[in-house]
Amino acid sequence: MAARVRGTLWPELAVVAVLLVAPFVLLPLGFSYDLLQRILDWGLIGLGFDLLFGATGLLSFGQAAFYGTGGFVAAYLLVGHVIANVWLALVLGTIAAGLVGLVVGWLAVRRIGIYFTMITLAFGEMAYFLENSPLSHYTGGENGLPGVPVPSLGGMPISAGLPMYWLLAVLFFAGFVLARRILHSPFGAVLRAIKGNTTRTGMTGHSVPAYKLAVFVIAALYAGLAGGLLGVLQSYMPPDAFALDTSGQLVVQTVIGGVGTLVGPLVGATLWLWLRDNLQQVPHVGALWKLILGLIFVLLVVVLKRGIAGEIRWAFTRRRLAAAEAGVPEETGDAAVMPPTAPALPLSAPLVVARTDAPALRAIGVSKFYGGLHAVENVSFEVRTGSIHAVIGPNGAGKSTLFKMLKDEIAPTAGEVLLFGRRITGLGPTRTAQLGIGKSNQLNQLFLDLTVTENLRIAALARARGTFRADLWRAADSLPAVERQVAAAMETVGLIHRADVPVHVLPYGEKRRLEIGIALATGPNVLLLDEPLAGMSPAERVATRALVREIGRTRTLLIVEHDMDAIFELAERITVLYEGRLLADGTPDEIQGNQAVQDAYLGGLHEHEPA
Amino acid sequence: MPSAPLLLSQAFNGLALGTLLALVASGLTIILGTLGVLNFAHGALFMLGAYAMYVVTAQTGSFFLGILVGAAFMLVVGVVLERGLIRLFYGRPHEDQILVTFGAGIVIVEGVRALFGANTQSVPTPSWGQGIVQLGFLFYPTYRLELIGIVAALLFVLYLILYRTSIGLVVRAGIEDARMVGILGINVRRSFLLVFALGVVAAGVSGMLYAPIVSVEPDMGSSFLVEAFVVIVIGGLGSYPGAVVGGLIAGEIISITSAFNSAYSEVMLYAVMALLLVLRPQGLFGSEGRV
Repeated sequence: MAARVRGTLWPELAVVAVLLVAPFVLLPLGFSYDLLQRILDWGLIGLGFDLLFGATGLLSFGQAAFYGTGGFVAAYLLVGHVIANVWLALVLGTIAAGLVGLVVGWLAVRRIGIYFTMITLAFGEMAYFLENSPLSHYTGGENGLPGVPVPSLGGMPISAGLPMYWLLAVLFFAGFVLARRILHSPFGAVLRAIKGNTTRTGMTGHSVPAYKLAVFVIAALYAGLAGGLLGVLQSYMPPDAFALDTSGQLVVQTVIGGVGTLVGPLVGATLWLWLRDNLQQVPHVGALWKLILGLIFVLLVVVLKRGIAGEIRWAFTRRRLAAAEAGVPEETGDAAVMPPTAPALPLSAPLVVARTDAPALRAIGVSKFYGGLHAVENVSFEVRTGSIHAVIGPNGAGKSTLFKMLKDEIAPTAGEVLLFGRRITGLGPTRTAQLGIGKSNQLNQLFLDLTVTENLRIAALARARGTFRADLWRAADSLPAVERQVAAAMETVGLIHRADVPVHVLPYGEKRRLEIGIALATGPNVLLLDEPLAGMSPAERVATRALVREIGRTRTLLIVEHDMDAIFELAERITVLYEGRLLADGTPDEIQGNQAVQDAYLGGLHEHEPA
Repeated sequence: MPSAPLLLSQAFNGLALGTLLALVASGLTIILGTLGVLNFAHGALFMLGAYAMYVVTAQTGSFFLGILVGAAFMLVVGVVLERGLIRLFYGRPHEDQILVTFGAGIVIVEGVRALFGANTQSVPTPSWGQGIVQLGFLFYPTYRLELIGIVAALLFVLYLILYRTSIGLVVRAGIEDARMVGILGINVRRSFLLVFALGVVAAGVSGMLYAPIVSVEPDMGSSFLVEAFVVIVIGGLGSYPGAVVGGLIAGEIISITSAFNSAYSEVMLYAVMALLLVLRPQGLFGSEGRV
């Protein structure tokens, strides 16, 4: 079965060991205490950044805004004698950075890719210029704020040198432990899902914008604390904390050290700062330190994408991965089809138990127009609760478009859809998933870098936790109901022997089954299957038909499929679409005897033949 | 409230800054629109153009030769960059493209710093640009005035290339749907190379023209890069008319705001950008979901 999500404490122990010996080993190698403190400071802001970029895939070029905010708020409170307690000032600076992160994040997370990066960059620059001129009365403008005091512990000030190093080491370690808990929590599982496949994450019922905003604020809090500590450790808050170069340096250090490793930014900072401080003293090559770093950076982005810490981790995990991947056939073989009889389904009971005479799903005059193209036009039909209902039609009839409107993935131009009598049009795919509509897609939408277990867990977590929950501290696999759901879905689609295999190595037929498994693991009341048999081998088709029939016993099923044998065997009712319009709706016998349907399927052939 | 003559002269300053931003941003936007790559090395390429001008004028004293040799040099740089690096990233996520161009920018900046040192260099104003012109409402340096005309002419040339040649047609079609253009049997990859090189030359020539009125130093490009980002966000990502209009708007925002309170000129620029990204993310001339 699946390995425990947080089975090992080795990373924590390794970090403790490194932090303990670093001052004694590294000082002779040209590291000063000051340098070590700065490295830890960069490592701290990097922990948050790696959760944002490494785990969630959001590339921010504006972390300087939060670093600077945390730093200058804490420094101003202390230097301006607003408060005397350094610890309190650090906390307030961190909170201020989090609030700025909340505002910037609220605007930024609605956009993806290039837009997200540019928005963060724009706000970073705005913060820089705000510090520089309009707020210079508080921030000292280009001069920064000198004279930031050090904190004391038990009446003893934490002086520069080794004591300050221990302070930063302890805070970094605390930050690391927290970041790792977050990464391995249900919350973190959703973050990784967003990176792997944002669309599917939303479709299974997680509120993607809420999670993005939450991790954005978390990253801002880390940056804010690091900023405050920067002022404390050098008794001076420099204005260039806000500079674009700060954000850029963080990105470079993270990539060099290893994206998605949490300690990557620390490792990258070690290399960056050590090169800067030591290479500069070497004649002739001194000025080249940043050029060397730049070349290393480009090289890492182009070829060695894992980074330094990433390569080290890879060396430790590759054997386990190879073992998990062993035995996965290159192509779909009939040897690995699912069990002949699908097991009983202990999947969570439908949340909305409705009277069986009410329709589970009802489309009322739904239309979708793309300009002049009428993909779906004024279609009305009902899906009875507990039935297996099929939608058929020639290519281009509008089946997939209709399906997307039934889950509200796309908004209808006109008309509405009711789920158990409740209007769901306008709610969006995340809310409809929470209300109990699951969907497997015509084209696979999987989390390719995650294992089969993790894929199913993402789906199972959705209705168990709601659209958003900040459960940062518990382990992702510590919800028994969710784990039962995952196991049941995995057994149902016959992928138990692949539990710990990363999905990208699975053969196509198994990916196809996982696609259905994800929809199933959400525990839907109504399950929409868009061409579940597409691309499967004959043996797999037989098994999948059995699976569909089995699923149909416990929940309402709506299916689009081209395999007519399968449709007429499985479906209790069939809706026929033709050129976007409803052509017929009835029992398989009625449809079979319908002249219009026969013309639609066969008529196209005759039209173009010479009379 | 600032006086009318001050506002008028600031508006004119805004025009000068705006045309230049338009030229820098036009290179950025055609690369983004066609290749889908946000070129973080654009500021470094702007700087590289200024250094090319510095080298040629220091050797020959000829500004005109500086433009010719510099443009040829930038063309080579563009081709090498595209063939050697950018080409590998067309199929990769946007984040990877941003990282690699950002890294290329660092290497270019640091390479120049290693070769020429961190000191600022100066490029002399060409003989035909010496002196000051009386415009009626203000005195204006001759070269800056001429620059507005030169840049406007270059923008017009770029317009002709994009809108009046068959290559331009391919490029504009590629902005709409690169895959479809490929299906029609046109070698999109070759026009990608051309567009990238053209964008690099546009950045470089901007740097060359700007060299006489600023101090030339390795980090001079970074502020232009960020301002060019603002311009293409205002104008709409990938839109050439958007870059031109966005450049002028950005130039006026900076100049007019500083007539009121110079502390807020840059802040205002980013505030407008942020507002636009929230209210109209496709920009003034862009269409939703194009990039």
